[in-house]
Amino acid sequence: MFQAWRNLYSKSDNAKAYSLLSPALFLIILVMLIPMALMLSFSSFTQVSMMEIDFTPTVQRYIDFFEKSLLVSLLIKSVKISFIVTLITLLTAYPVCYYIAFYVKKNKMLWLVLLTLPFWTSYLLRVFSWKIILGTKGVFNSTLLGAGIISEPLTFLMYSEEAVIITLTHAWAAFALLPLYVSLEKIDFSYIEAARDLGLSKFEVFWKVTFPLSLPGVIGAILIIFIPTVGDYVTPALIGGTEGRMLSNMIQAYFGKINNIPLGAASATIMLTTVILITAIVSYTTKRLTQRLS
Amino acid sequence: MNENFIQINGISKHFGNVKAVDDVSFSIKEGEFFSLLGPSGCGKTTLLRLLAGFEYPTNGNLLIDGSDITALPPDKRPTNMVFQNYAIFPHINVEQNIKFGLRKLGLTDDEIKKRVDDVLALVKLEGYEERFSGQLSGGQRQRVALARALVRQPKVLLLDEPLGALDKKLRDEMQLELRTLQKEIGITFVFVTHDQQEAISMSDRVAVMSEGKIQQLSAPNELYKNPENIFVSDFIGETNFLRATTKSKDGEHINVTIEDLGDFKVKNNLNIPENSSDVVCSVRPESMMISRDKSDWDICLEAKINQTSYLGEMTRFYVEVSGINKVITVSSQHFDNQSFENNTCFISISLEDISLLQKK
Repeated sequence: MFQAWRNLYSKSDNAKAYSLLSPALFLIILVMLIPMALMLSFSSFTQVSMMEIDFTPTVQRYIDFFEKSLLVSLLIKSVKISFIVTLITLLTAYPVCYYIAFYVKKNKMLWLVLLTLPFWTSYLLRVFSWKIILGTKGVFNSTLLGAGIISEPLTFLMYSEEAVIITLTHAWAAFALLPLYVSLEKIDFSYIEAARDLGLSKFEVFWKVTFPLSLPGVIGAILIIFIPTVGDYVTPALIGGTEGRMLSNMIQAYFGKINNIPLGAASATIMLTTVILITAIVSYTTKRLTQRLS
Repeated sequence: MNENFIQINGISKHFGNVKAVDDVSFSIKEGEFFSLLGPSGCGKTTLLRLLAGFEYPTNGNLLIDGSDITALPPDKRPTNMVFQNYAIFPHINVEQNIKFGLRKLGLTDDEIKKRVDDVLALVKLEGYEERFSGQLSGGQRQRVALARALVRQPKVLLLDEPLGALDKKLRDEMQLELRTLQKEIGITFVFVTHDQQEAISMSDRVAVMSEGKIQQLSAPNELYKNPENIFVSDFIGETNFLRATTKSKDGEHINVTIEDLGDFKVKNNLNIPENSSDVVCSVRPESMMISRDKSDWDICLEAKINQTSYLGEMTRFYVEVSGINKVITVSSQHFDNQSFENNTCFISISLEDISLLQKK
């Protein structure tokens, strides 16, 4: 038995590949594919009463989703918040990475470690710390009050869309830094010198050479931030209040308080589809953009 | 022709405590193929980068065609560079790479097309317009880099060891081609290399650099035949050094005692003073003769062959002369490793072929 397995193993590359992949495959099937299949099938059922579900397949839950303007607007808001978070993160992380990649000569690794230092604490703790900073009696408001710049605490800071955007931006910045840094670091400096030599100003060199060559990192950063923030649930729940609520909070409610599991599953599926679509569009347009820029 | 087309006046470049280029002054003629030659770290690349504008000098100034370019950024200089790694932009194709430097010149579409077509023909790359850098061989990449720089019609083309990455055969071909191309278009070339054979075979003039200074600036044959110091003599080609002491001068000649060999009268081109012991005699391996029998040359020594290396067009002999505790290298086109019985031979030297050099 063992010998037969040894023979098969040494002869077949496929056997080797699958045996190496098997732990990961097993995990993916267990925690990804089965739950996804369950989610898809639940989205085709009907919640009859508190405890009772009708298992006859239907697409009615998807129709329900688009008929409830609250759900559609929450989906749009989720995408919008995520989009703004991604944009701000890119705009702030790109210059930092550019600086480290091209201007820092020694101890680049130290700079990167220092930048990621805040991210050694848990995500939840960081969200809570923003609560302390942005709250009515928080650091920000008491400073402004104490300095006499404002007479009443700024309430829009907390429990709002802005609060969610600030917190998410900070929470995910580190994940943008690494792909951006790697793609910029990889650019041979002689490309930049060659472009200068060929008569381009520093500004033009950036748009014609540096930026196009760093696009893989930009795409990576966009996807790494956009995908998880669309579905983020903790931050809007703790910081968002009613105004900063996102679709994921509603989905959670369908599985809990409201107890409409099929509609929750349908909402989750729609959200997943939206993310996949946006990801595809981003990859396609950036590829086109590269060709256009050059 | 402008004798002082490029003027390098008292240029120094310091990186911290390191003097990469140390108070260098010379001129390059218009339309000249000029090489900067030296071992790595001698400052030749820094000097080229100073000309290109990628570095700014600590001291001194640079003029091209009469105008001061010392403070100009690279995009405002009448120079273009062929990079050591070619730096062909990987995200655009060959044609776009070549057009890259034309957009700021204010040319019409027709002019651009004509220039691109002309330069592609010049470097023999017609039909490769759509290729990307990754789809080209080393030699083709080198041609693209050349085309991209030449299409801007610079006053000076700077080349940073452009042949270093090619294999020997291709390198020899490209040497010849570059040389022909340069004569054809008449643009001044400043060529950086650490390969002395490359510099000697291609250039009109060569500046040999070491430790940030110019050791000798002359035509290739002068460099080989009349090296001005030990460094140049050692760096260009191969040579044998023999310790010596000078005695009295005799017109253009001087009497010397060569260690273990005796007293001779040799030419004194460098005007080395009398009674100096900081002197060496340099003899090229191919200027000596190796033979089976004794010759009537000025110096003829009996020797024992230690080693031979057969190089095809010639054979190099490493011989030990009785009485001299030193291995001497002799090369010959007539004899090979089969020619000598018992490894005994005679080596002969003509006094004309001895160059007298001063130690530092």
